[in-house]
Amino acid sequence: MGKADRQVTGAAREDADTGAFEYALSVHDMTVAYHRRPVLWDIDFDAPAGKLIAIVGPNGAGKTTLIKAVLELVPRISGEVRIFGRPYREQRHRVAYVPQRNSVDWDFPVTALDVVVMGLYRRIGWCRPVRRQHRLRGLAALEQVGMADYADRQINRLSGGQQQRVFLARALVQDADLYLMDEPFAGVDAATERAIVQVLRALRHRGKTVVVVHHDLQTVQEYFDEVILLNMRVVAAGPTEEVFTPENLRRTYGGHLSLLERVGQRMTLRDGR
Amino acid sequence: MVECSLNGLLNSAHLHWPGWSELLRVLSLRDFNTRVVMLGTTLLGMAGGLIGTFLLLRKQSLVGDVISHATLPGIGIAFLVMEVASPGTGKWLPGLLLGASVSSLLGVACFRAVVRFSRVKDDAALAIVLSVFFGLGIALFTVIQSVPSGNAAGLHQFIFGKAAALLPEDVALIAGVSTVVVSVTALLFKELLVLSFDSGFAAAAGYPTQVLDAVLMLLVVAVTVIGLQSVGLLLVVAMLIIPAAAARFWVQRAPAMAVVAALIGGIGAWGGVVVSALFPRMAAGAIIVLVTATMFGVSMLFGRRNGVVQRWREHFWLRARTEREHLLRAFFELVEARDPNAVRWAGLEPMADETAVSVGELVSKRRWTRRKVMRLIRRAIREGLVQATSGGRFRLTRRGLAEARRVVRNHRLWELYLIRHADLAPALVDRSADAIEHVLSPEIVDELAAELQEQYPYLAVPPSPHATGPAAGDG
Repeated sequence: MGKADRQVTGAAREDADTGAFEYALSVHDMTVAYHRRPVLWDIDFDAPAGKLIAIVGPNGAGKTTLIKAVLELVPRISGEVRIFGRPYREQRHRVAYVPQRNSVDWDFPVTALDVVVMGLYRRIGWCRPVRRQHRLRGLAALEQVGMADYADRQINRLSGGQQQRVFLARALVQDADLYLMDEPFAGVDAATERAIVQVLRALRHRGKTVVVVHHDLQTVQEYFDEVILLNMRVVAAGPTEEVFTPENLRRTYGGHLSLLERVGQRMTLRDGR
Repeated sequence: MVECSLNGLLNSAHLHWPGWSELLRVLSLRDFNTRVVMLGTTLLGMAGGLIGTFLLLRKQSLVGDVISHATLPGIGIAFLVMEVASPGTGKWLPGLLLGASVSSLLGVACFRAVVRFSRVKDDAALAIVLSVFFGLGIALFTVIQSVPSGNAAGLHQFIFGKAAALLPEDVALIAGVSTVVVSVTALLFKELLVLSFDSGFAAAAGYPTQVLDAVLMLLVVAVTVIGLQSVGLLLVVAMLIIPAAAARFWVQRAPAMAVVAALIGGIGAWGGVVVSALFPRMAAGAIIVLVTATMFGVSMLFGRRNGVVQRWREHFWLRARTEREHLLRAFFELVEARDPNAVRWAGLEPMADETAVSVGELVSKRRWTRRKVMRLIRRAIREGLVQATSGGRFRLTRRGLAEARRVVRNHRLWELYLIRHADLAPALVDRSADAIEHVLSPEIVDELAAELQEQYPYLAVPPSPHATGPAAGDG
């Protein structure tokens, strides 16, 4: 499996060099709804490869849903998603996902290293045990996020920032080309924020693409090359210096009830919900 | 009166107390019947504990209840179908258990559908599905009994179980299914683990999470169905959940938890059979559950991981330490108030009468009662930190002074840190420092010291950032 992986990756890189797949993630005309209430309308953007990309928008803008829809964790009503030019199902091994920290129960009986090694389970394969080499790779990933000393610690005895770094390390061992991270900076301490930014920059240096759901407007310009401003639809997407303007931010955050939202509410009301 | 009747009950023929010879006979497995029953139920207990671990970790314990209750209509329908097809074969066991499996899976499907397609929440959906299926089963049983040809006697044992009357072929079935359950769980261990911990991540990584979830449910159904005969559908959920919940008090990692749960399940079932073999009139299923529950109680009380006793001990240990540190700090600050140089410098050992402190001074210092001060002093004397001097006064021993320096230093480093980094007014600091200083680890103290002690390079103990008058704090 490892060999095949590398071949696929190599082929895609070559194509990227010739300009055929310069987009790591392309989303076209994607609409997503929960219980017939639309959450995302006609999402359309292309995320260039090798960049740090922020998805920014107010609460309830559908940032998490966008990532989940790309990963086919929530059903799409319409639209198309391409990862390095191909459908997600063919490119799964090139994508790593970092869910929101509070989406899991941290009282689960595993150690930090156990969680990180979960990132290797697919590569280890069905019905095969975790071996020493896998643990060593997990340790190396923990080292990268500054958590090597905590490898054997129960996850319920880690601080929030440390838990977030464990999640990041789990994505790192997957050795993907595209990383999708849901709010990795939410509620973390300053040390963790520094460690995460360092890891993101190291990933970019190695030619990886990282898409991050981000909530802190103040750090967007410092951390990210590209921004996708989202509020149920894409308000603007592109290089940070072009897109991250007061006018665009006002259009993203201002006006509490946008037309789309009102239409959405109408539709659900008619449903009798 | 009560005593008399109790004695009467205990001595009556119903509750015959076994002698040593009987106990020996049961334990040495001399009876073929005991051997069969013991093997079957122990295997069942182990399989239940193992798969129950995942049910617990997925927070789906109550689904186990739905599965067991939903077996009943399946048993009834299977009996009727077989009776109609060829009269007299209605109680063919594999057929009944197949019916039980199908209807319990239907029960789970109904539960999931209700949660997904309506606004009814999990707990209500469980209650609805569970009672509807159980009610349907009971209704079918009444129909079966009213059919003249239908010999329904014995069907009721699926509700309460009949562990003591297991036959060799029943045990063969239990052994076979248990082996399959244990093997599948072992093979899919890491897949089930990642599904239980983070199903979103598992799905994104490409695992067929719905299939894995279905496999887990199938395994639970398998254990439930083979458990129907021995412990009965009302109690079988206990064999799934109790061992896993007990195991959590002993170990911290999922593989160990699964093994310990299987052991507890196996031992509980074995112990239950031993007890019920000694008291043949008691329902074996109930005894198994009670024995397993006793093991749970012991785990909850004495478990090394968050057991009640262990938590109490930690609590009292921390309280004793906090009080001791407060006493030492009070001593230190009283002496320091008279002459700062007497105690602050490391290596300088003050004269005995210089450091003697009266009980009254300590009382006014910390808002403690006289009795409490005396109690703390007596304990500190036992620990060799304080000694009595002339005139009913007390002083720190050499060790006590060293310990007091450490305590006060921690306290003040933390106070300084708070003032510098948390922008607290000096007068407000003492209380927050009071609470935290006792749990500072040496590494944190070093970190604080490195950050703050360049200010006081030569002092073993930096001066207090606020006045240390009487009753500066009572934390």
